[in-house]
Amino acid sequence: MLKETPLVNVHRSLGGKLVDFGGWNMPLHYGSQVEEHHFVRKHAGMFDVSHMTVVDITGDGSRSYLRRLLANDIDKLKLVGKALYSGMLNEQGGVIDDLIVYLMTDGYRLVVNCATREKDLAWMEKQAEGFAVNIQEKPEMAMIAVQGPKALSAVDELLQAPETKDLKIFQGVPLNSETRQGFFVARTGYTGEDGYEIILPAEQAEAFWMELKEAGVHPCGLGARDTLRLEAGMNLYGHEMDENISPLIANMAWTIAWAPEERDFIGRVAIEQEHKNGVAEKLVGLVLLDKGVLRAEQKVLLEDTAESATGIITSGSFSPTLSKSIALARVPVNIGSECFVEIRNKKLRAQVVKPNFVRNGKNVIQVF
Amino acid sequence: MSELRAELKYLSSHEWARVEDDGTVTIGITDHAQEALGDVVFVECPEVGSTVTMGEEAGVVESVKAASDIFSPVSGEVIAINELLEDAPETVNSSPFDDGWFFKVQPDSLEDLENALDMEAYKAAIDE
Repeated sequence: MLKETPLVNVHRSLGGKLVDFGGWNMPLHYGSQVEEHHFVRKHAGMFDVSHMTVVDITGDGSRSYLRRLLANDIDKLKLVGKALYSGMLNEQGGVIDDLIVYLMTDGYRLVVNCATREKDLAWMEKQAEGFAVNIQEKPEMAMIAVQGPKALSAVDELLQAPETKDLKIFQGVPLNSETRQGFFVARTGYTGEDGYEIILPAEQAEAFWMELKEAGVHPCGLGARDTLRLEAGMNLYGHEMDENISPLIANMAWTIAWAPEERDFIGRVAIEQEHKNGVAEKLVGLVLLDKGVLRAEQKVLLEDTAESATGIITSGSFSPTLSKSIALARVPVNIGSECFVEIRNKKLRAQVVKPNFVRNGKNVIQVF
Repeated sequence: MSELRAELKYLSSHEWARVEDDGTVTIGITDHAQEALGDVVFVECPEVGSTVTMGEEAGVVESVKAASDIFSPVSGEVIAINELLEDAPETVNSSPFDDGWFFKVQPDSLEDLENALDMEAYKAAIDE
């Protein structure tokens, strides 16, 4: 039995093609994934991301608990509502999950992935031993991401809330409004466009979705969300990283807070050693030069020889913005500016670039 | 509900075959298939002059979502491929039975198509 978000009936009535997405019945698209993708790059689209898990951490021990639990340092959060991206590592330095943590007035709010929900909660409970914390999942919340160049103005117009005025990137705020009780609006996203992610009470989700639609925000499925995040070079848990992949080779080194040295976060010992010794692999972007489509699991060859060192594509697809196939790939650090990808027994040429293809509607490809 | 055409033969793997007046066979994928695949972004046809075998892979169609093999409903020599699809693969979505055809075959024998489904049988196979 698939789990359903508070918006499932809306998706059905709008002609959404519903598929099993990590155990949830979610819309893949509402007609054309590519059109939805373009709409987000040019106007504003919205995604139901209520399948993501919201967890509130409260109690006197919250700060010290999260400074142990997360590889990034929540002490960087100075303002209420401020967000931080972090990995949650195991003792071996592998990534249990990636998440966003917000500083709230009475503690912290974590947003973790849906497919990893059970193991995340179990791990968080286990690590809570000895800390005065209360870990509270919030299944009664829905979440809607509104993304694109017109996203901020469309949402601001609807909410008419002074709190969202001048909200900075990676900053969130709870609304203090009679009609929008329990809304938390954050300027975050997973598309490479500006926009908001709005956490709101489940019972208000349907009405708010329809208001957004009236305002010209286009419903978009998780298919477009995936091609948008790929163009933006953003990691997807289970693809670019997992429990056996170090954050240092998953383009997440920037999320590790090494200072202060005495902060003993879980996984520190393992990745510190790796950090000192230097990594053998890295995450790069690939742009296919020949015709075809790059896909996850395809083999990357550094040279056109049988003995060539190899890497692997972690995510790949067709990029609607660039009209080319692009991918993220984990490869040996000595990769050159071009490589080969094995597709159906053929070796196709690909250009090696920084893992970031499109930002704010623009091609930002940079050759290594 | 997707479009179907009475004059075509079908495979349960969603290819259609049309016998032209000159005895050649044109092959494509069905409306039902393009709808299930979503936006088509790449098509790989067999090379002109190569031979294809009934029931075996003859090409690939890729949507944003996934890659699917194309199976040939007949054995024979490939005499033409739809070059339009190289630059405009989305034609498969907009016109699966006409402009979005994949390749043409000079069949060894038209008897191959006796193994294929007629419209009613294909309709039942896709449960519409």
